[in-house]
Amino acid sequence: MTSDPIIQVRGLQKVYQTGDVPVRALRGIDLDVARGEFLAVIGPSGSGKSTLFHILGGLAAPTEGEVIIDGENIQHLSDSQRTELRQHKVGFVFQKYNLLPTLTALDNILIARYLARQNGPLSDDFKRLFDLLGIANRLDHKPRALSGGEQQRVAIARALVNHPAIVLADEPTGNLDTENSTIVLDLLRAINHDHGQTILMITHNPEAAAFADRTVAIRDGRIAVDSPA
Amino acid sequence: MINKLVFENLKHRWVRTLLTAVVIGVQVTLILTIVGLSEGMLQDSARRARGVGAQIWLKPEGSSSFTLASAQVNEKFVAFVSKQPHVDSALGVLIAQIFGFTSMAGVDYDEFVEMTGGVKYLAGGPLRQPDDIIVDQFYQRQNDIKVGQSLKILNHQWHVAGVIEEGKLSHIIVSLSRLQSLTGNAGRVTQIVVKVDNPANTQTAINQLNAVLKGNLHAVSIDELTSLYNVNNLPPLKGFINVITALSIFVGFLVVFLSLYTAVIERTREIGVLKALGAKPMKILDILIRETLLLAVFGCIIGILLSYAAKAVIMWYAPAFLQVVIVPGWWPVAALIAIVGALLGAVYPGLKAARQDPIEALAYD
Repeated sequence: MTSDPIIQVRGLQKVYQTGDVPVRALRGIDLDVARGEFLAVIGPSGSGKSTLFHILGGLAAPTEGEVIIDGENIQHLSDSQRTELRQHKVGFVFQKYNLLPTLTALDNILIARYLARQNGPLSDDFKRLFDLLGIANRLDHKPRALSGGEQQRVAIARALVNHPAIVLADEPTGNLDTENSTIVLDLLRAINHDHGQTILMITHNPEAAAFADRTVAIRDGRIAVDSPA
Repeated sequence: MINKLVFENLKHRWVRTLLTAVVIGVQVTLILTIVGLSEGMLQDSARRARGVGAQIWLKPEGSSSFTLASAQVNEKFVAFVSKQPHVDSALGVLIAQIFGFTSMAGVDYDEFVEMTGGVKYLAGGPLRQPDDIIVDQFYQRQNDIKVGQSLKILNHQWHVAGVIEEGKLSHIIVSLSRLQSLTGNAGRVTQIVVKVDNPANTQTAINQLNAVLKGNLHAVSIDELTSLYNVNNLPPLKGFINVITALSIFVGFLVVFLSLYTAVIERTREIGVLKALGAKPMKILDILIRETLLLAVFGCIIGILLSYAAKAVIMWYAPAFLQVVIVPGWWPVAALIAIVGALLGAVYPGLKAARQDPIEALAYD
């Protein structure tokens, strides 16, 4: 772990224009996330946590403020440059899994690799991750043949396949029952601890947040609480 | 990987894929059948012209090379022509149109048989009475005609005397004098066909005939005549093919547009996922264009196969009215037309997909 934060956010603001009315989703966020940290961002609906997720993931551009991901300032990146950021530096885990229904589990993982122009076979290290995730014998199945928990574990593998600087997980247990939620959270924690993977998890569930090293609470577009777990 | 995604996408909605490809196929079939029909009709005319056994055809100056010309030639020219050097025999032919592209020919039957070198009777025998009629196997099959039955053509009752092999002048052959009286062309014929004493003398005979008949009739070799049986020499037919081609492009455009548009709407979330994973707009467009090309190629294969089926159906039910041939030379043209139409149809849905905002797309239910 190096001393430089892998995520540095300074004075981040995001204003959406809905009709004639500007909506200030983020009103000045300052946040550092250390390399290898597991951070939970909690907050009620409309607090701005999803907007923060989108900006850190390069899906949306900030209105004002500085955002540095793994040494790259994304404040003034073009759409194309933000796309490249998503290819190489960010892995996503979504609430609804978002696997492509026409592809097998393995192909869902490989397509992320293909889009990042990563060639060559999967490393043995990565293949061992399939065992850790419990999907080694489910890779030939399409999403419709997988349980919600299995789909989310495939999505985690997809998020990790390009060895991203950060994994962003948006309500990763939102669609899962308690048992599968615990499995997924345990896995995220294991990947964080064992592989030093930086993870930023958005959740509204304090129990899920408890799996993280640190919790940041957002309210009305500002950080309200920043506390270690 | 991208090809796998494209293939799996098409396989996933296989009914839509199949229907889209079939519609593209139908447009290809339409083009190929129209072209095949045009070529087939012209080839049929050329084959029947060659089947007479003559080397030279004489027609009025400036008349059409095709069979629908009116009778403008005085029958006395037949005897005159037959006395010219290198002319072995001359036959006056009166062509009367009876339905659509189908016509009947009036000839002196004995001279006709002699010029052709003999006809093969599949049933019955030659013309013996003025109201006898000979039909070829195509006309017989199409109309389920039996020897001995009566047949009403040109508002006249004919007696079917025989059925001959196809490929001799016309699908229907009757006595010249009877057809002249029925059509009000007494003493006139449409054209004169000439057999020369030696095929090597054909050009010499043509030159001599054109010299002596100048201003009345024009002599052409059978090779020249049949070479004129070409779509390029028939501007209305060529125009018709162009209209069908344009319609096909439009149909291809519409069907692919609708198919891809619904696919893009349906796959909004998937497109959002691809974008979130790092797919650039051009990559999304690339995927949809590959899908379109695959659909178009699949449709072309279906279209070519369907054109064989269309040919079989037409040739079974209306061989005397319509002749269809398979024209492989038009396969790439029809394929290109289908692909162009399909790609045009893919432009808007493709751009819509490529421009989709990943956040909105991911939120789409």
